[in-house]
Amino acid sequence: MVLVLFSSFAQDPVKDSSQYKSRKLTFEEANLVSSYYHQDGNNSAVTGGIGSEKLSDLSNSFDVKFSKWDRKSRKHSFGLEIGIDHYTSASSDKIDPQTISSASHADTRIYPSATWIRENERKGTTIGAGLSFSTEFDYQSFGANVRFAQKTKNRNGEFSASLQAYLDQVSIILPVELRTGGTTGDENDYPSKARNSLSGSFSYSQIINQRLQIMFLLDLIYQNGYLGLPFHRVYFNDNSLHVENLPDTRLKIPIGFRANYFAGDKVIIRTFYRYYHDDWGLNAHTAELEIPVKVTPFLSISPFYRYYSQSAVDYFSPFKIHTAADQYYTSNYDLSKFNSNFFGAGIRVAPPKGVFGLAHFSTLELRYGHYTKTTGMNANILSLNLGFK
Amino acid sequence: MISKAIKVTGIAIFIAALAASCTTVKEYQKNKLNDAEMSLGSRKIQKTESSFQSYREGASGANGGKTGGGCGCN
Repeated sequence: MVLVLFSSFAQDPVKDSSQYKSRKLTFEEANLVSSYYHQDGNNSAVTGGIGSEKLSDLSNSFDVKFSKWDRKSRKHSFGLEIGIDHYTSASSDKIDPQTISSASHADTRIYPSATWIRENERKGTTIGAGLSFSTEFDYQSFGANVRFAQKTKNRNGEFSASLQAYLDQVSIILPVELRTGGTTGDENDYPSKARNSLSGSFSYSQIINQRLQIMFLLDLIYQNGYLGLPFHRVYFNDNSLHVENLPDTRLKIPIGFRANYFAGDKVIIRTFYRYYHDDWGLNAHTAELEIPVKVTPFLSISPFYRYYSQSAVDYFSPFKIHTAADQYYTSNYDLSKFNSNFFGAGIRVAPPKGVFGLAHFSTLELRYGHYTKTTGMNANILSLNLGFK
Repeated sequence: MISKAIKVTGIAIFIAALAASCTTVKEYQKNKLNDAEMSLGSRKIQKTESSFQSYREGASGANGGKTGGGCGCN
């Protein structure tokens, strides 16, 4: 009877599952990001630096991540992403201004990519690789990247390096006035030129204390090939019409710094600064500030502001200023001297039981921004992010 | 030239001061650092913003986004 009494209070030994790591491929998370972007201005590069820059873009991207552990307790993560952007543009419609509305007034870009990452928690190392592809009517791109990261001994710092290459083809679609011979409008009718980009990205992140962490970033980017766009018109001071002509190499060096600080229990201060320099003569400064405020632990509102200023590239001049003596020339106002302001706010909801009580619907974010340039261009963007776990 | 030297010196002092103030933070002390809005990269919802900025501005890179290539951007 005593034995029965003891056995009634006996318990099976508790299995410690905290160290269990599934070797099966497991769904980790998925995200859907959708944005609507609309801009307007009066310095279109397609019409030589004058004319409407009106453009609307509907962008959607969906990414999904799976993970598994191997026998050596290393975590493998597999990511798949597909993006689809559809835009309509008043300026690209002017590649052939003689039609009421040409096929070039709208286009769709599709860009899938895949990544693999292997993390070794014991050694603090991460390696990874990825492939990407992008296609639109006049531009195709193949990309590949590899990366390596190493955490410091106390796991408070991490150094990472990645190498990325893009091998692109630009279809040479000239303004209609400069075309010789006919084309059917089929994308296979246009000749193409190569544009290659190679970049090395380096970063170091460091935890300063329980509330502050920072990161330094450096990229080195080298491009060669056809670096302009064939449908960008340039009018010389003698009224002659030409196509934008830019050098066939470009070296870019951006340096960035991030610092995020958790002030008190409800406010986060996110900052970013970047200095950019390239060998086309463009120097730029970017400064961003975002302040998420946690209204509740699961609801935050984030106002933000971004300031940007750049000098012009050496080859820029406005409409009918360039002369025949210029070896390189562009009237693309995106490469002119200007400042810009971008401000807005976002709202983020991430309740523990799921958005609207749906367990796997982990995050809902909505964000609006208004963008203005001193060239007179302005834009609005509304973005939505749905997260699932 | 002198103002550039002063700027570089100031940045170096700032970095040295930050490095000197580092404390080791254990995993169980990282609850604030691990908040989703404390992540050091751009957030997913900013993806299209980074994209339009790389088209409409001459500078790119050093932000985890586009560095050049892959699109008809600058």
